[in-house]
Amino acid sequence: MILTTIEAVPEKKIISHFGIVTGSTVRSKHFGRDLFAGLKNIIGGELKGYTELMEETRDEATERMVAQAVKLGANAIVGIRYATSDVAPGAAEVFAYGTAVKVE
Amino acid sequence: MEALFQLGLFIILLTAGFFFGSSREKKHYKSILERQKKYAVIATRSEKIRDFSPYSDAMLVTGSVVIASDYFKNFVASIKNLFGGRLNGFESLMDRGRRESILRMKENASRWGADEILEVRLESSALDAIGIEVFAYGTAVKKRKSSDASA
Repeated sequence: MILTTIEAVPEKKIISHFGIVTGSTVRSKHFGRDLFAGLKNIIGGELKGYTELMEETRDEATERMVAQAVKLGANAIVGIRYATSDVAPGAAEVFAYGTAVKVE
Repeated sequence: MEALFQLGLFIILLTAGFFFGSSREKKHYKSILERQKKYAVIATRSEKIRDFSPYSDAMLVTGSVVIASDYFKNFVASIKNLFGGRLNGFESLMDRGRRESILRMKENASRWGADEILEVRLESSALDAIGIEVFAYGTAVKKRKSSDASA
């Protein structure tokens, strides 16, 4: 599966379009992921536990989008975009979408 | 007595936030500048690309960071919030987050052997009471060798 944010795949011709494919996950933002979160709020700096949490969440959304594309018989997704939105206090949704295509 | 203890703790947190916060920020900026030089060879572009002929392989690359402000800056910001206006403490926090996430994306791209990153997009969200998250993503591409182009 080739994933791009551009509208094509370099060196390859798009044979057919399957339309939009999406994937999303909703995660709790209050998750004792980083034991030092309290400390970091005093001295500032990166919260690695939360960086990892957000990465996992994005990967999951991407995987779900890819799974949808595979089902349609696509071998690439172009024009991928990500969006994050607050669903409820303390809950964040990560959403990935793009156009499933088949390339040569 | 208890009020005195709380005031003492508040002052300790404020001083710790001020000193650790600013030294950590300085250190972070230093490392950002160093890595920006190191990865300057990888051009990042945000505009729409129509001509894909100079490129060969493509891969989605991402980079993200969750970063928190310090106690001192949070306190100053909460005071400034009463009056309105610019919150420069948070401006530098967002700036650090954006530059860091772009650098991580570039690091991932360079590991793969990319020459350029096309259509880069940036996104940020607030994780309440934790910090801010910045996410950068784009399409890493390899440039075609000039011999291929002439053939």
